[in-house]
Amino acid sequence: MSKKEVKLKFNAAWDLAPAPEDSKHVSIKKQYDLFINGEFVKPNSKKYFATYNPATDEKISEIADADEKDVDKAVKAARAAFGKWSKLSGKERGKYIYRIARLMQERAREFAVIETMDGGKPIRESRDIDVPLAANHFFYYAGWADKLEYAFPNKNPKALGVAGQIIPWNFPLLMAAWKIAPALAAGNTVVLKPAETTPLTALKLAELIRDSGLPKGVVNIITGAGKTGAAIVNHPDINKIAFTGSTNVGKWIQKSIAGTDKKCTLELGGKAANIIFEDAPLDQAVEGIINGIFFNQGHVCCAGSRLFVQESVADIVIRKLKDRMETLKVGDPMDKNTDIGAINSKQQLLKIQEYIAIGKNEGGEIYQPSCSLPKKGNFCKPTIFLNVSQSHRIVQEEIFGPVLAIQTFRTIEEVIEKANNIPYGLSAGVWTDKGSKIFNLTSKLKAGVVWANTYNKFDPTSPFGGYKESGFGREGGLHGLGAYLQF
Amino acid sequence: MSRIEIQKTYKIYIGGQFPRTESGRYYPLKNKKGDVMANICLCSRKDFRNAEVAARGAQAGWGSRAAFNRAQILYRIAEMLEGRKEQFISELILQGSTLAAAKIEVEVSIDRMVYYSGWCDKFQTIFSSVNPVASSHFNFSVPEPTGVVAIIADENTSLLGLVTAIAPVIAGGNTCIVLASESKPLCAVTFAEVLNSSDLPGGVVNILTGNSAELHEHFSNHMDVNAVIYYRNNKAEIKTIKENASLNVKRVFVYNKINISTEKAQSPYFIFDTQEIKTTWHPIENIGTAKAGY
Repeated sequence: MSKKEVKLKFNAAWDLAPAPEDSKHVSIKKQYDLFINGEFVKPNSKKYFATYNPATDEKISEIADADEKDVDKAVKAARAAFGKWSKLSGKERGKYIYRIARLMQERAREFAVIETMDGGKPIRESRDIDVPLAANHFFYYAGWADKLEYAFPNKNPKALGVAGQIIPWNFPLLMAAWKIAPALAAGNTVVLKPAETTPLTALKLAELIRDSGLPKGVVNIITGAGKTGAAIVNHPDINKIAFTGSTNVGKWIQKSIAGTDKKCTLELGGKAANIIFEDAPLDQAVEGIINGIFFNQGHVCCAGSRLFVQESVADIVIRKLKDRMETLKVGDPMDKNTDIGAINSKQQLLKIQEYIAIGKNEGGEIYQPSCSLPKKGNFCKPTIFLNVSQSHRIVQEEIFGPVLAIQTFRTIEEVIEKANNIPYGLSAGVWTDKGSKIFNLTSKLKAGVVWANTYNKFDPTSPFGGYKESGFGREGGLHGLGAYLQF
Repeated sequence: MSRIEIQKTYKIYIGGQFPRTESGRYYPLKNKKGDVMANICLCSRKDFRNAEVAARGAQAGWGSRAAFNRAQILYRIAEMLEGRKEQFISELILQGSTLAAAKIEVEVSIDRMVYYSGWCDKFQTIFSSVNPVASSHFNFSVPEPTGVVAIIADENTSLLGLVTAIAPVIAGGNTCIVLASESKPLCAVTFAEVLNSSDLPGGVVNILTGNSAELHEHFSNHMDVNAVIYYRNNKAEIKTIKENASLNVKRVFVYNKINISTEKAQSPYFIFDTQEIKTTWHPIENIGTAKAGY
């Protein structure tokens, strides 16, 4: 077959009409206050910051900026609520968490629309992945609340106290669920801060929690930027810090709490190797590459951002990959056919563009599909780089955008060495038809999650978290409970 | 004329060898009367770095051995300890212990090694899981060794503190560098001889002697160490270790609230602390009505 014959021509075959999701049914207030002790209160600073729709640059709402006094107020509310909450029977605690799960399922569409408006991710993803997974996470951990003694044999687990939780902007609602659900099931109370560019679904969650009748002060949700986060980390009456975000901030947190007895779990950055062997089902592998790096615009700590293709199939894989990239729809995140939505913020777009420039300057061979980008908003074409090596910055550093660095390899030993030769260790992908090869690889790759013949799959029952500088502790599953208990 | 006794030279243990400290420094160990019993190596940063290289080099091989084989080697260590019981008891007495206390310390140490030998091929079953994901995937989580562990062992015991610290770490497939008690270092060196004759590969356990105030900094800021365990009570040292750990996100465990002479000081959870949980996903072919995994 000639190259022309195998080329995919999705766009030529049918032109998709716009299919925007309706946003009229959602209610977003003009201004949001801090959710402390079961009610929305004005911030001590009296300051508010704007949150924008990254696809249109339009302001959506104004968000309270919490200062140290607000953080203190939230921690005090959480502390006051802790005694009763932790002594409540697990059975009753579980019922509250089940309620939250059910309310979220009922309001799923509203949450999905707001998630996409505030963060820029395609509605298809927020509707099918973020929101259902978040609700499932509450449902899953609700069931653990009265079964903790079965989770850790020969131990008598107890809640830690007040948990300070700081979450990122890439999966705003899902990360809130990952943090809050196990904390509550284990009997802790919570002060949670969403990221400053994506606070809306966390605040909608606060409304939902208020509606659920959860005792006041058990969950407090406060908004702000890095300074607010720092105030949570350094508050003396917090027993546990749970953080998801960059490795640099994670290191700062670990250092900041060094002189204290605070417990800590960190979910940090990644630079995952996605490894394609010559015996892999290549068409599925190409879908796995696409999903690995372009899911959520590449704003994924476990993104498969380093592709390793066995040399014998490199040409065909790269050709198929380029063809497939040509079919990706980049644009309005509210359109149900959109594959790649808006980059979360101007700042992040600039960072990605800087890395693309670095890749070119270092001699990488860039390829982008011919798609056009919307005139307004923060958008970036899906991008791959060929002819790069281990020493290139775009191979070593986390870009957090739709940029893939491609290398080839000859032997298993070589690719294991290259895959592990990085400070990160969050995730990896392996594509081969041979089961024994998969198990050889999965046991040698230093990564907390290994996707074999699949990629970027998540589930409440499945522990997630990193090796090395990708952090410590696990979220999800039985192992995720341990992060919120003392023995 | 009575026979002149052969005195033992106490050296350190790195990569299965017994070198002296590269620094050439020593500190005298004195008995109650103030007589010098031995010159002990005062280890340096360079010794730690050499030991780390040995530990890193040994880790992949040790971690990928059959768990059953690790169990047999730990059991062999216990056998060797039992055989040298009298020597350890007399060293403990030399360092100020009573005969009764010395006997108990050695026996608890031997039993603890046997305890952890048994866990080598069992903790995985306790701490792993098959996760019933809501999609057609087989999904399971297993513990794996975190890598190279730097340990500052108990100061108050000569043998038991070492065994308590080392056994769970190596049972889980890690390799380690251990700083022995500064004031009671004699058993550490003799214990290294036990390890050396127990089929334990060189580099899996590396034992240094010296001063924590000097070395804790190096134990915690080395960029190729994965975890630090600290058994002592110096708050300033704990803080420095935790701060330095943030350089490469080391895991830090401070075990200074446990009484190491009781059975509370042994548990599979101590093995678990230096394990990483790895989760693997694989699709299940969707035949017939199958929609989910296990």
